Amino acid sequence: MRYYVAEESEIGDGERRVVSCDGKEIGVFRVKGRLFAWHNRCVHQNGPVCQGRIYNRVVEPVAEDGTTRFQEYDAETFHLVCPWHGYEYDIETGQHPGNPRVRLRAAKLEIEDGSIYVSA
Amino acid sequence: MDAIATKPAELLPTQEASVHTNTRELLDHANRDAKRRGLEDWLIVDIDAHHVESVSWNQIVHYIEDPVQRAAALDYHKNRVGAPPYGLSGDLGLRYQSVGGRIPHQDDQKEVVEDKSVHRDVTLTRRAMEGLAVDYMVVFPTPMLFLGLHPQTRMEVILARAYTRWTIDNLLRADPRIKTFLYLPFNEPDECVRMIEDFADEPGIIGLTVPSVRHKPVHHNAYMKVYAMAEERGLPVAFHAGYHWQDQSLATVNQFLGMHALGFVWCNMIHMTNWVLNGIPERFPGLKSLWVESGLAWVPFLMQRLDDQFLMRQSEAPLLKRLPSEYMSEHCFYTSQPMEKTHPRALQSTFEMIKAETQLLYSSDWPHFDFDTPGTIADIPFIDEQAKRNILGLNAARLFNLPTEPVKRL
Ligand code: FES
Repeated sequence: MRYYVAEESEIGDGERRVVSCDGKEIGVFRVKGRLFAWHNRCVHQNGPVCQGRIYNRVVEPVAEDGTTRFQEYDAETFHLVCPWHGYEYDIETGQHPGNPRVRLRAAKLEIEDGSIYVSA
Repeated sequence: MDAIATKPAELLPTQEASVHTNTRELLDHANRDAKRRGLEDWLIVDIDAHHVESVSWNQIVHYIEDPVQRAAALDYHKNRVGAPPYGLSGDLGLRYQSVGGRIPHQDDQKEVVEDKSVHRDVTLTRRAMEGLAVDYMVVFPTPMLFLGLHPQTRMEVILARAYTRWTIDNLLRADPRIKTFLYLPFNEPDECVRMIEDFADEPGIIGLTVPSVRHKPVHHNAYMKVYAMAEERGLPVAFHAGYHWQDQSLATVNQFLGMHALGFVWCNMIHMTNWVLNGIPERFPGLKSLWVESGLAWVPFLMQRLDDQFLMRQSEAPLLKRLPSEYMSEHCFYTSQPMEKTHPRALQSTFEMIKAETQLLYSSDWPHFDFDTPGTIADIPFIDEQAKRNILGLNAARLFNLPTEPVKRL
């Protein structure tokens, strides 16, 4: 069974649709123009990860002499943060930045005639 | 139109969780997981959850018995600009638990509560019990856990008594599934005795608690009367951990992550060391101690460390007739959260060393950022179903004389 989510034009950059497909929940996100679909189950304790806030990745630049001063946001990398306990996942790869083996489960995503479908 | 069966997906009502999200909705996955696992028929007791008592502080101060302090508190809350809760100590600006808002329920629960027949915290606790599939929830305060460092020891007494009377009226009498441990103002041992005499028989009070962040030695002679009373009445003493960033031993730790990871363990490691090496379990063999919110990984470390050192220096701890680790695994009980799960073999060894099947009690710590669902216990691969049932509820029922029949409806 596949499920209709929205028209492609309805999800702008940085936006999402989190839907239930007869009880199986999936989040569809648009980042840098591309769409990604992830199951709404966090690897950690099954939290509703797709309903978390989105942050740019935090980085800490190290100067040539090995010192650091402030933290910064990486404008190119977007993290989905699970609202239960804060696990962060790169929305494009589904991977946790501190342990790439911790990763979201991808849902099948299809775009047909401008419409977005997912399969649970 | 192609041949693939297609139907519209249903948009979830909450697209992005926030401080306004209903607890029931936020914990819906935990509730569904519990149903899937059949936990409706299991007794689940949550030994450590929290409400934020400072939100109700302008009600609580009405319960202050000392008329001078009560008048001062009421006036302060009426007139003082930007007033933090009267009399509370603590590092009010260093509360970084939500990681910059990434974990909203840690910051606040501003959700709509329609039921005005009970205090809002009763409704929030009920929603948490439903979400986590819990039968009985032990509710602790939050900022009051720093009161052990208060420069005025009498203020700890005043606030502990006011808070207890408010809790009995507003939480315990409203719902028999909500339980609490009686706050002991440990910096004043005589007042601990009075607290037990005055409040320990109230329905819903099932144990005693000492907030662990403080610098008083748990083995001081002044406390022996308190322990004797607790033993005689069958009331376990729970040492509830906390952090304290002004502690000199943590002064170089610059991230909340590191400070919190160490601080929540350090206070209980010190108290446990004093508890065991001074032979409190030998002096009060029927007294049960419970070590709350330090996780579990510290216990095997301390067992190994103390056993090795004790065998070389037995004459310094002559009250002990057995190894420190034996007291720690037979006289002491532990709550599970935040359970360290990333190294399963180490966790398995920890479970064996602490005799988890009889000594471990599930706790959620909801609504804090590192809360654990009952699934953290139900999913453990290396223990059998009976051990899981014990940890999730039956050990607590035995320790606190609770009914063993589940009362929740999922
Ligand atoms: S369930 Fe997602 S961070 Fe814990």
